[in-house]
Amino acid sequence: MLLTVDHVTRYHYDQPVRGVVQSHRLMPSLCAGQKMLRWKVTVSDGQMGGGFRDGAGDWVQGWTVLGPVNEITVHVTGQVETLDQAGVLRGHKELVPPEAYLRKTHPTEADAALIALAEGLTPQQDALAAAHAVSARVSDAIVYTPGTTTSQTTAAEAMALGTGVCQDQAHAVIAVARHIGLPARYVSGYLLVGIDGAAHDAAHAWAEVFIAGLGWVGFDPANRCCPDDRYIRLGSGLDSAHAAMIRGTTRGPGEESLDVSVTVLQSQTQSQTQQ
Amino acid sequence: MLSRTADNLFWLARYMERAETSARLLEVGARIALMPSAAGYRNEWESLLHASGTADGFARKYGDAVQRNLESWFFFDGDNPSSVMSCIRAARENGRIVRTALTTQVWDALNTAFQELRQLERRPRSELDLSVLTDWTMRNTALVRGSIDATLLRNDGWDFLNLGYFLERADNTARLMDVKYYVLLPRLEFVGSGLDNYQWTTLLRAMSSHRAFHWAYGGEVTAAKIAHFLILNPQCPRSLITCVDGMTTHLDRLARGYQRKTAAQEKARGIQAELAELRVEDIFDEGLHEFLSRFIGDMARAGSVIRDCYLNGDVR
Amino acid sequence: MTSYFNEMYQGHSVRAPYARLQDWMTAMPAELRQMKQAEAEALFRRIGITFAVYGEGGDPDRLIPFDMFPRVFSGAEWAKLERGIKQRARALNAFLVDVYGRGEIVRAGRIPARLVYLNEAYEKAVVGIVPPKGVYSHIVGIDLVRTGPDEFFVLEDNCRTPSGVSYMLENREIMMRMFPDLFRENRIQPVDSYPEILRRTLASVAPQKCDREPTVVILTPGHYNSAYYEHSFLADLMGVELVEGQDLFVEGEFVFMRTTEGPRRVDVIYRRLDDAFIDPLCFRPDSMLGVPGLMDVYRSGGVSICSAPGAGVADDKAVYTYVPEMIRFYLGEEPILNNVPTWQCGKAEDLKYVLAHLNELVVKEVHGSGGYGMLVGPKASADQVELFRARITANPGNYIAQPTLALSTTPTFVAEGIAPRHVDLRPYCLVGERIELVPGGLTRVALTEGSLVVNSSQGGGVKDTWVLAE
Repeated sequence: MLLTVDHVTRYHYDQPVRGVVQSHRLMPSLCAGQKMLRWKVTVSDGQMGGGFRDGAGDWVQGWTVLGPVNEITVHVTGQVETLDQAGVLRGHKELVPPEAYLRKTHPTEADAALIALAEGLTPQQDALAAAHAVSARVSDAIVYTPGTTTSQTTAAEAMALGTGVCQDQAHAVIAVARHIGLPARYVSGYLLVGIDGAAHDAAHAWAEVFIAGLGWVGFDPANRCCPDDRYIRLGSGLDSAHAAMIRGTTRGPGEESLDVSVTVLQSQTQSQTQQ
Repeated sequence: MLSRTADNLFWLARYMERAETSARLLEVGARIALMPSAAGYRNEWESLLHASGTADGFARKYGDAVQRNLESWFFFDGDNPSSVMSCIRAARENGRIVRTALTTQVWDALNTAFQELRQLERRPRSELDLSVLTDWTMRNTALVRGSIDATLLRNDGWDFLNLGYFLERADNTARLMDVKYYVLLPRLEFVGSGLDNYQWTTLLRAMSSHRAFHWAYGGEVTAAKIAHFLILNPQCPRSLITCVDGMTTHLDRLARGYQRKTAAQEKARGIQAELAELRVEDIFDEGLHEFLSRFIGDMARAGSVIRDCYLNGDVR
Repeated sequence: MTSYFNEMYQGHSVRAPYARLQDWMTAMPAELRQMKQAEAEALFRRIGITFAVYGEGGDPDRLIPFDMFPRVFSGAEWAKLERGIKQRARALNAFLVDVYGRGEIVRAGRIPARLVYLNEAYEKAVVGIVPPKGVYSHIVGIDLVRTGPDEFFVLEDNCRTPSGVSYMLENREIMMRMFPDLFRENRIQPVDSYPEILRRTLASVAPQKCDREPTVVILTPGHYNSAYYEHSFLADLMGVELVEGQDLFVEGEFVFMRTTEGPRRVDVIYRRLDDAFIDPLCFRPDSMLGVPGLMDVYRSGGVSICSAPGAGVADDKAVYTYVPEMIRFYLGEEPILNNVPTWQCGKAEDLKYVLAHLNELVVKEVHGSGGYGMLVGPKASADQVELFRARITANPGNYIAQPTLALSTTPTFVAEGIAPRHVDLRPYCLVGERIELVPGGLTRVALTEGSLVVNSSQGGGVKDTWVLAE
């Protein structure tokens, strides 16, 4: 599938700020089923900093803006050709051992309610089936309902509410998977949503669980499926904060307001770049 | 050097100078209190509290202006940000942060002053005459100042220390004069009276300048002579023009050393040029209080330009 | 009654390294001693070397007690220690390169994966990053104790930012000022080259992108930190800037410091700040002490951070047990210095043994430091023992236990005169292009009679440490 991405993040400050520093995970992962045809990230008034591929295989890129500025726009555009891999992450070079993804973090801490979701699962016998079950149970326990949680909500809190968004569901899958001894991580990326889908859903998040013998496998409890050719994978981490597409700070008293728009479209033909 | 280091040195000097001013203020107050006066001494103490900008804090803590309380307030009180104790503590803290930019002698003088002050604080107040406290302050601020002059490398750090000293001293001289002219003597009929002269002399004494004044001018103490001495006479170590000259000298040194001119240099030179042309009559035409208020404002602006040009870390 | 090895005596005769101290000790009248002690304290206070203990309140300018009686090693004793310490520093660094790379030691089954990869000090963020010269831990502080003429044990390793070296230098300075005769009579190897060697070591690990004489800085958490004096002391002796996080900023591919003349590029940062605080974009987002974006610059080769983020996984008290294994695995050598036998409460059989022998053992928290979360069984009250029993049972993985070692003693000036007190030793090994060790270290002494706890936060003092030239 040919997917075209246009992702604009606009930061507005009520007073001018200086010394903006950002760290981006905005490049499509190098893996089977994702072929980058063109890709470009720009930051208004920005100076590109150091970039490197980290141990998890993500391209991390630093940016700085000297300022003073009132507004910063991060613009991502590109086109990726995708192929369905049935959720399995293949051909992805990484060095971080799976065991490192067993570590608990605050948003992925499993409480009694989350632990209860693991009841009866036998990951020692069939890890893949267990992981599927975890994802399905989370989809039922935390009903996809935008607006009920914030970026700071933990898996346990979303579980108590019974509602949440893709971030909460992914955190919950991670919490339960780690609890039953399966390494799990948070993945951020883009998703081609149906014509009726709201625009903001195109920036998406899901979970990956490590299955011995198979490797990392994606699970998207929000859509009750494994990632396929509608998905573009960008980066991963222990939880949403570690996998964030953009992390940043500014210097100065300005209050920040944020405006994000993402569109992912299916193209029929490869867009023409430089001839 | 690091902007923060320069800032710490600048403030170290300002606090040392301010400690000295607080002790001088205390001395002025105590001397004036010895004189019979129309308003009664209590009132004059309050004037000094107003001059130091700490009247509210004092009233909240002690209520009435009793001399013993005032001594505590101006000298030991940690709640008074301008007390000798607060200033020396802050100067020493700034010094500790930039310990490596100081010589052992400077640090020693600063640290010993702080340690001694803490021991003084533990002694019964009845054993401590006011003169013991003010003498102690003069001696120790002079020791720090002296060790700076005698041992410190003449680098940019030395310039920032001196900028702090001169800026704070200019501000304090202007304030002390303003106290005398505006706060102590609000009613015109006192001008030229015996009390008036006594107060002026006390003020000079508090600035350790009465002898110098008499050598320089002789004869009767008049407001015009005093104003000339404390504002326009480059021989007086605390006069406004001496301080502003000092500021331009050190800003010029910095500009040469860094090979870049700054707005701070321009600002100081502007003030210097104005003072150089000024006559005492011009000052009295404008009104001494008005002139001093304007000058105090100018110093505050100069301070903020210095911060922007060197100290705030956003220098490019 | 345990008998302790007194480093000054062998039976009734004085051991060779201490020979000349015998006369000095007996010849010094009590009044002179008191005078000298007061002089030393005044000197320490004047130079401002004080130690503020976190959360203890009281006098923030408290001095660590200084004992004038030196602790002495012969050249031969030191030669062996030096070989052992350098060996250990090499192995620890090889381990760090490995576990942030392919993890061969784990794959080979020589150390459990969970112990490494689930360790709080293991930084996933630096996996795949090989720091310049392959060095993670540039200053390795190794805590040693002695139990006999030829028996030394490593108590723990400090791979992050071991403190105390300023005491090593100042103790020597003060001893030389007060007792110059002693230094004429004994051939004592100097330690004052330490700051220069440290500077050279740090400069030798400048990042790839540095194409000029590297600018080195020390990054401190600030002047409220208990070790601030040391930070400023080292910066001064090394001739480098002492910076706080707010003095540094990232622009483009590099880190700069804010100076009165504008931005100045920084190449090597000797940080005295924990990993969690160095970059709010990578680690704790609420850290005000760090430099936003620093880790991206570090990982893309624009700046070196010493010790490298993640170095702490090598000095964890549970990982400690495996250091001899590391030495064999990476260096193919037998360890020169012994580990103290250690029970890991996380292992069922060890836990059982520990709980049954709490009265005899020293129990430590795996991540604790400063002697706080520690039980010295033979000295503890029944209540304390029960308290630890409950804590260990609740979270066994967080505790290790070791036999109570018969720590050596050295003569120490006490109120009644001279008496033996227990000591340990922390030498500072510098690792860069070369591995270097100045002959000496920090000797800590438990000033309370019979006490085995030498931590300064628990009433310990310090001594000058001599290594004699042969």
